[in-house]
Amino acid sequence: METFLSFTVIGIVAGAIYAVTAMGLVVTYTTTGVFNFAQGAVGMVAAFSYWELTQSYHWPVVLALVVVLLVEAPLLGALVEFIFMRRIYGASADRSLMVTLGVLLIMVGVATAVWGQQTLRIVPPFFEGHEVTIFGVVVTYQQLLIVIVAVVIALGLRLYFMNFRSGVAMRAVVDDPELLALAGVAPYRVSRRGWMLGFMLAGLAGVLLAPTVGSTGLNIDTLTLLVVNGYAAAVVGRLRSLPWTFVGGIALGLADAYATGYLPGHIPAALVEQIATIIPAVFLFVALLVVPSARLRAIGRIPVHLPPKVANARQSLVGSGLLVVAVAVISVVAAGSTLATISQGIALGIVALSLVLLTGYGGQVSLCQYTFLGVGAFTMGKVAGGGGSWLGLLAAVGICAALGMLVALPALRLRGLYLALATLAFGEAMYYGFFSNSSIFPGYGGSITVGRLALPGTQGIGDRTEMIEIAVFFGACAIGVLALRRSAFGRRLVAMNDSPAAFATLGIDATVTKMIAFGVSAGMAGLGGVLYAGVQGSISANDVELFASLILLLFVSIWGIRTTAGALLAGLTATILPSLSTHLPPAWAQLSGLVAGLGIVLLGRSPEGVLGVPWLRARVRLPLGDRDALEPSGAFGQTSEGPVGVLS
Amino acid sequence: MSSAELAVAQPESEDALEVNSVSVRFGGVAALSNVSLRVHAGVVTGLIGPNGAGKTTLFNVVSGLQRPNHGEVYIDGRDVTRLGPHRRARLGLARTFQRLELFGTLSALDNVRVGLEARHRESDVDELDTAEKLLERVGVHARRDTQVGSLPTGTARLVELARALSISPKVLLLDEPCSGLDDSESEALGALLRGLAQEGRSILLVEHDTDLVLKICDHIYVLDFGEIIASGSPEVIRADPAVQAAYLGHLDAPETGPLS
Repeated sequence: METFLSFTVIGIVAGAIYAVTAMGLVVTYTTTGVFNFAQGAVGMVAAFSYWELTQSYHWPVVLALVVVLLVEAPLLGALVEFIFMRRIYGASADRSLMVTLGVLLIMVGVATAVWGQQTLRIVPPFFEGHEVTIFGVVVTYQQLLIVIVAVVIALGLRLYFMNFRSGVAMRAVVDDPELLALAGVAPYRVSRRGWMLGFMLAGLAGVLLAPTVGSTGLNIDTLTLLVVNGYAAAVVGRLRSLPWTFVGGIALGLADAYATGYLPGHIPAALVEQIATIIPAVFLFVALLVVPSARLRAIGRIPVHLPPKVANARQSLVGSGLLVVAVAVISVVAAGSTLATISQGIALGIVALSLVLLTGYGGQVSLCQYTFLGVGAFTMGKVAGGGGSWLGLLAAVGICAALGMLVALPALRLRGLYLALATLAFGEAMYYGFFSNSSIFPGYGGSITVGRLALPGTQGIGDRTEMIEIAVFFGACAIGVLALRRSAFGRRLVAMNDSPAAFATLGIDATVTKMIAFGVSAGMAGLGGVLYAGVQGSISANDVELFASLILLLFVSIWGIRTTAGALLAGLTATILPSLSTHLPPAWAQLSGLVAGLGIVLLGRSPEGVLGVPWLRARVRLPLGDRDALEPSGAFGQTSEGPVGVLS
Repeated sequence: MSSAELAVAQPESEDALEVNSVSVRFGGVAALSNVSLRVHAGVVTGLIGPNGAGKTTLFNVVSGLQRPNHGEVYIDGRDVTRLGPHRRARLGLARTFQRLELFGTLSALDNVRVGLEARHRESDVDELDTAEKLLERVGVHARRDTQVGSLPTGTARLVELARALSISPKVLLLDEPCSGLDDSESEALGALLRGLAQEGRSILLVEHDTDLVLKICDHIYVLDFGEIIASGSPEVIRADPAVQAAYLGHLDAPETGPLS
């Protein structure tokens, strides 16, 4: 009984922290229509700032708390709202989602530059050494403090939204967040308050979390990702109900505590840690299953951005042919690590192509394409026994496609945001539970061997031939994606993204369309993974870090998410930048993330990316036949997002 | 008058669309209260009323985008109240939107093709050809390759109509199809709607151009503050004192031109 009670206390305390950050998410989402994926990064920055002030500068705790929570966090929130968010109001949902991912990556990048060096940073507990005994369970003052703070925050928010004038104004927006998000104009004052309040709650969660992480000290990635757990709590509240979000946070904390508390006696010790790390993801999936279907709305907003003309069959054949020829030339010139970097870049281009299909055409955001990359490579490694075989390739693509559909299924009937959340949670669970699992990935560095695909009738394949082989695969995939786009299915995919309401009133089931798109996309990412791993001969957890999926998504978006050329450039960027950063001081370890984050916020709402910049379109006949489109004109130019303000 | 009109019970099968005492509340506001109407096969039925009367909400209820708090919707005598929008479309219901819902990044032709391809695939039907014919029929064939997001509103509305027709609907809900059209275009559209009705389709028309409604509709319902305040033939509606008070105040001089 006492153990049960002490697990309960641990669960409630952890749940209280989840609840605080999740309520921050809900406040920001409901007042601005933007789901802040950077919430965890804000908590991370606050935790590190608090450590810096109290431990390096030896400020008194109260002063440090005031500065971090009442000055730094709201200021950051106001800045983010003013610099990044205000310019994208009214942009499509997937675009604003990507901008918050950009903010996340910028914060992680800057934090890496400031606090990146390997110092053990430990924040001492609040009220160290003080504790009380309640029903025979020892409860520290810190634990009491955390729970009390969370309850006070919950009640305070409720009071504020119900009674105060400014709170009621925010609640008016709470009642219909989509209306605000879709109306194109946000009442700035209300939304700035939403960002500031959300950031303060994120910061509070970070500071409360800081002393509980124990002897491992503060870690940038861990702190940033702990908030994925907060996402799960917010989903319980359907992203709008504060009381239910609070309940969700506590429930998640309890589930976590009971699992880590009781499982060790019943299952192998090695599995316990894995299971603990996937509980938030499981919790999120269960929550997604019970969230009622999103109601379709006629939004009365017609997208007028001008996607590049889709290349016809002949153009895409010629484009792919030219690419293969160009790569063949490069393969003769390049050598050593450059060769590998480019080969892997083209392989990542295939993963990026999977995003062109899913996100560019279908408007659905996946944040776990690297998970499919990893699963694809793993499958190849296992099926072909460390070699490379066409059977292995087929298995990799098939398994990834099936897995992709399975993951997406619970979220598909919901809005796109929920799909993004589900994929992020899946990616996190797979990273900790699968790729970091030493019983699945044994050996030095936890990697398994993945062979290259030998051409039929030959033994083995050299670096240069392999590069051309990967280019051929990319070319074939690009032809395939463009052919799919020209097909009835492609029209359907674009239509679903342009107007979900009209799509349904034509008698088409969006869930089926989304599921096919997700399956094809995941399979293609798996193919890219097989080729990617073949270049280096192995796959390990290091290759499939969570942020990598985010960074690649942003790179495709920056270059042009509706072009195959954009996918190729994104893949190359995603391998060239990290290889550059190895020559830079360690502070630049997150160079790719910084570039991706800055790039996406600079592009703002220009939906066609760099390749869609009008003067570039007019001057450059893009490879793979993405031709320039007509200049905009007509009735809708001023009512919704247009091809305006590129880099302005 | 209106109750007498409703009392003439039609055989169930002749109602392509039946709305039975539907109520919708948004918070404390009643958007629709106890609204019932019937749309017979092969006729044009008008639905008029001042702004905010609940016309678009009623369309959303019928097409499945808004679940009513109370009441039922029948298509061809079948209760569809619990069906999603795409299931209703498969039963033969199509609609257009007052605030346009086009596939803005697709061409006019592709907008129509999406609808055609959503139906059963028959190998002997050339969808491209059918799509061109539909655009021709609504008179926007010249813009077939233009991305619809850059079309003027009136033209875009016609593309939306062609797209709605692409699923060969039995019941067609049109939400202000004439806004953005000039007088001669409106007149042509009116003739088109009569033609569609003669093919056996049922049309429920929301339109602010009252002259057009009075001219082409066989039957008219008047909605005010979420309630049906009158229904009947155009002559009956024109003469109804309640309608005149609520909406058509100066219709006693109907020759002076369309109401704005």
